[in-house]
Amino acid sequence: MDDPKKPTRRAFLQLAGRSAAAGIAIGAAPTVAEARSPASPGTDRRATRVAVNLIVNGERRALLVEPRTTLLDALREELALTGTKKGCDRGECGACTVHVEGRRIVSCMALAVMQDGKRVTTIEGVQRDGQLHALQSAFIEHDGFQCGFCTSGQIMSGVAMIEEAKAGWPSAATSDVVRRFTLADLGSAEIRERMSGNLCRCACYPNIVDAVAQAAKRS
Amino acid sequence: MHPFSISRADDPVKAIAAHARDGELAFIAGGTDLLGLMKDRAALPERLLDINGLPGMARIEPRADGGVRIGALARMSDVAVHPQVRQRFPVIAEGLLFAASGQLRNMASMGGNIMQRTRCAYFRDEDGVPCNKRRPGSGCSALQGINRNHAIFGWSEACVATHPSDVAVALAALDANVIVRGMSGERSIPFAQFHRLPGDEPQRDNILRRGDLIVAIDVPARLEGRASHYLKVRDRQSYEFALVSAAAALALDGRRIGSARLAMGGVAHRPWRLGAAEAALRGMSLDDADSLRAAVAQSFADAKPLAHNAFKIELAQRVALRALQVAGARA
Repeated sequence: MDDPKKPTRRAFLQLAGRSAAAGIAIGAAPTVAEARSPASPGTDRRATRVAVNLIVNGERRALLVEPRTTLLDALREELALTGTKKGCDRGECGACTVHVEGRRIVSCMALAVMQDGKRVTTIEGVQRDGQLHALQSAFIEHDGFQCGFCTSGQIMSGVAMIEEAKAGWPSAATSDVVRRFTLADLGSAEIRERMSGNLCRCACYPNIVDAVAQAAKRS
Repeated sequence: MHPFSISRADDPVKAIAAHARDGELAFIAGGTDLLGLMKDRAALPERLLDINGLPGMARIEPRADGGVRIGALARMSDVAVHPQVRQRFPVIAEGLLFAASGQLRNMASMGGNIMQRTRCAYFRDEDGVPCNKRRPGSGCSALQGINRNHAIFGWSEACVATHPSDVAVALAALDANVIVRGMSGERSIPFAQFHRLPGDEPQRDNILRRGDLIVAIDVPARLEGRASHYLKVRDRQSYEFALVSAAAALALDGRRIGSARLAMGGVAHRPWRLGAAEAALRGMSLDDADSLRAAVAQSFADAKPLAHNAFKIELAQRVALRALQVAGARA
């Protein structure tokens, strides 16, 4: 049992992060009131926070972020949705994969302000009524992870990828891109190619492929 | 990233005027290349103008004559999976599907794809190594450095970088046109003229000027469109830039080549068209591999390898030959 008086690692880091952010706010960043008023001469407009509205996992969320804030940082630092992970921060590893308007994207290469009004789904939002998503269950069943750092990105990528395959999207592994692709064509070579934007340092790839294949079959 | 401001464009005329008068402003669409450049401090715009809201620019329009007009804001995924693109120009669909990852293809725009900057590690380096593309006049670290991934055609002492786009190679082979709106109206730039060779100004990747906005890529109907193929060879099987790649498109008369279109990626500062090979291929039988190989070789007489990339000369010819044969099988 956790000791309720003992702070968890996550709560401690959140507290420390907020204190640091508050320190910066006192020093340089404009207050909320200033941010909403037109910039006065001499104010650095580049650091001015701007309002963004996102629909995150079905909930409307109003945020005030700097233009340079990525969607990934907004989710993790502003909304405390830490299931989405930051790996490379260059769009190369896929750990930060989320869905925007139903499509998988890497949230480290998207600015939060450019997602205004859009529907964002993160790993925290794929379960339904307390039931794990079929792909989450399949990851457990097939032992699709060791350290778990890439897992939420893998699952978000896999969930959207199965929808892409259902919609008839071909891939670089498809022998004939001219022909219509069907879910029955989604073999392991196809899954590996379509999931290549998600890296796993523990190299759980064979089990990830099995998990995705099972979820695709059941979908 | 450095701090910057951002605003949204809803009118192309205003967006073009803002870009023309403000040298510190950059257009942003998908952002997958620009944000990477900003994180690596290879681009430091003061202001971003989000052009995703410009009307009508994400459309993919198959034309009755067999061509297709691809809006500059169309995403790579949408173009790659479009039924008419796949049927009329498989080489375009394949060029897109062999690039990046599923996530990045959902984000990256077509206009941004052909605007991508080189992946040369010295250009992307944050520590201030000499690079004429990044800091004009500072020198080229790749010329005497590690240049396995660099050019074998058209390079200069100032720059040996290659262009990273895959689909640009297909568009070059098909002689597509880049439709650009600027301060003096709209113009159509033949694809072969869009990207530059480095010369002594490697900081300029293409011929666009301030105030130019790519609105579409127009692919005219081509006899060779259907029997086409994009073949990419890389260090990993997926999610990697090309060592070399080839886009081949053929019009056939039985097993004989009526006309051939052939361009290569990973070998030059721009997609590299094999004009001499195309001329030599005319009239050849697809079944005569020795003659096809000799025809391709005609375009490699002027290849100039660097210290670490001589392997590309042989590899590129084999890739070109294979691309022709696979394209031919599609007829």
